Amino acid sequence: MTEDPSKMTCQQFQDQLPELIASGDNVASHPHLQSCALCRALLSDLEIIAAAARQLFPIVEPPDDLWEHIESALKAEESSPGPVVKDSTEQG
Amino acid sequence: MPQSQFPTHPPGPSSHPPSGDTVPASQNSPSPRSLSPVLPNPGDADVLSRAQAGDHQAFAQLYFLHKRRIYSLCLRMVGNVAEAEDLTQEAFLQLHRKIATFRGDSAFSTWLHRLAINVVLMHLRKKGLPLVSLDEAMEPASEGGPGRSFGAPDLTLSGSIDRLALERAVADLPAGYRLTFVLHDIEGYEHNEIASMLECSIGNSKSQLHKARLKLRDALRAFPRQEAPQ
Repeated sequence: MTEDPSKMTCQQFQDQLPELIASGDNVASHPHLQSCALCRALLSDLEIIAAAARQLFPIVEPPDDLWEHIESALKAEESSPGPVVKDSTEQG
Repeated sequence: MPQSQFPTHPPGPSSHPPSGDTVPASQNSPSPRSLSPVLPNPGDADVLSRAQAGDHQAFAQLYFLHKRRIYSLCLRMVGNVAEAEDLTQEAFLQLHRKIATFRGDSAFSTWLHRLAINVVLMHLRKKGLPLVSLDEAMEPASEGGPGRSFGAPDLTLSGSIDRLALERAVADLPAGYRLTFVLHDIEGYEHNEIASMLECSIGNSKSQLHKARLKLRDALRAFPRQEAPQ
């Protein structure tokens, strides 16, 4: 492991990148990036992807007949003996 | 010096307003996820109360309020339309069974969102699918040089990413990478929450997310060359 961050190899920088990003610190100010265009490009791309993902929205409509299926299943459940419900969900 | 644009979002699910077909490279304003509740109208609380009391019509209204959000979540988590439909149905059946237990300690949309995630994860576990991908070795770095994933500067992503390309690339990720990416980068959960959901370490969650982003980068850089203009 290189002690001086500015003397890191690209591989050493990349190995640390998941932790650096998750730390919330400004990774762009890392000394290695001052002299490495490739790693700057990598970081920029990862930022672009993360930012683009935040802008995805639930645009996809389920099929129109899905509610009919759910309604039928609800009626079937209500007309049969109560199901055993495993509580796999946190209670709100 | 550019500022880091990685999200430092609050925990909990997202709510995105409609926009165009491309998504901007970055934004400095707060994430809309923390600003747009799914139940925006005061009357919606009444709908929830009536559904909790067993009003079928009110439950139907809840379905129509939340169906896109839950279906999109399921679809992104499993990457398969038929499974997503089944899981959306199962999520609303579970909701119907448990809605009376909702006490309002969190937002209803957050509670429902977490219920749906649990439905999907339980389904994947029953199928025997690993919720965490085995670490795939990225192609080895050449001696002293950057690994393949670094690419050349002229192949970096442009300022905006085609939304469909991103959706497609996410669907093509290995299951574990996809789950972590969807839960963290799209849905806004923190690594400690994801680690708890997927029963893995926080470090593993960080690693899976990083590798997911690297795979997406490769896929998105290849996208324009694969998709020739009509």
